[in-house]
Amino acid sequence: MSPDGAAQASHIGEVSGHHSGLAHQFDSLAQQREAATLGMWCFLVTEVLFFGGLFLTYALYRGWYSGAFTAASRELLIWPGTINTVVLITSSLTMALAVHAAQTGDRRSLILFLAVTMLLGSVFLGIKGFEYYEGFLEGHFPGPRFQFEAEHFREAQIFFSLYYLMTGLHAIHMIIGLGVMAVMVWMSWRGTITAEYYNPIEVSGLYWHFVDIVWIFLFPLLYLIGRHA
Amino acid sequence: MMSEHILPKRLYYTVFGLLMLCTYLTVQAAFIDLGVLNTVVALAIAVFKATIVVLFFMHVKYSTRLTWAVVLGSIFWLGILIVLTLSDYLTRRWLTYGGA
Repeated sequence: MSPDGAAQASHIGEVSGHHSGLAHQFDSLAQQREAATLGMWCFLVTEVLFFGGLFLTYALYRGWYSGAFTAASRELLIWPGTINTVVLITSSLTMALAVHAAQTGDRRSLILFLAVTMLLGSVFLGIKGFEYYEGFLEGHFPGPRFQFEAEHFREAQIFFSLYYLMTGLHAIHMIIGLGVMAVMVWMSWRGTITAEYYNPIEVSGLYWHFVDIVWIFLFPLLYLIGRHA
Repeated sequence: MMSEHILPKRLYYTVFGLLMLCTYLTVQAAFIDLGVLNTVVALAIAVFKATIVVLFFMHVKYSTRLTWAVVLGSIFWLGILIVLTLSDYLTRRWLTYGGA
């Protein structure tokens, strides 16, 4: 066998079996990476429309009951919402740095940044839990124990229904994100993630950033309306 | 090739700084009475933040055209959802039946 043939054979061997990251239906790791990114984005399109329907509902009700929405929004504590925005944006930075570490094959930094991302995600959920707890005590939760000034009693329940629904759905996405990140830490720990094969990190990162973007819209629309009045 | 594109860390820090600045601005702007513009400013800042997250943190700026098409598609379909629905709700009072 010629040296060329041997080189080719070993290359094929690597492509079909040796490199554990490459699935057999793809020609190359680059193609596989592109397909993974595209697939994740297709999923994110459905997520955009999923949350989009709720944002639209919010827009309609706010148009009809703007007075009640302003009054209800003012009942929310501004500092936990602001701190959570900062926490989540910081977690997006550490996620981006985790992808960077994966791309450069820096396993130590990768695991560290993934862990910090998970920590920040947990802090977010903790603060969110505190807010929910405060809300329950204040009688913000819609239902028989709901308490609000008589003028806006019915309409304010719509605001708080949307508040709990949208932030709750967002929190569920965060919890799923934490689960995904735990798997990523495990994969990185085992050495599955390399500078050649980092799709799982990249694609999980896309999901994490998307959840951050949802919060970027939720924060001003839920917490910041009518603060000047 | 997007696969070969490793962005410098400095770019991530810059985007992070911008996001923090925008968060500060959006909170400050909320306490100033701008009338209808309060909502416009809040949404404009949020859209800007989302855009830089998508372009840089999510690497779309360096992605293939197919990815671009899907990303823009999500915005387009969201636009259909919002514009068509609002075109109904916002115009319901335009018609007055039986009157002039």
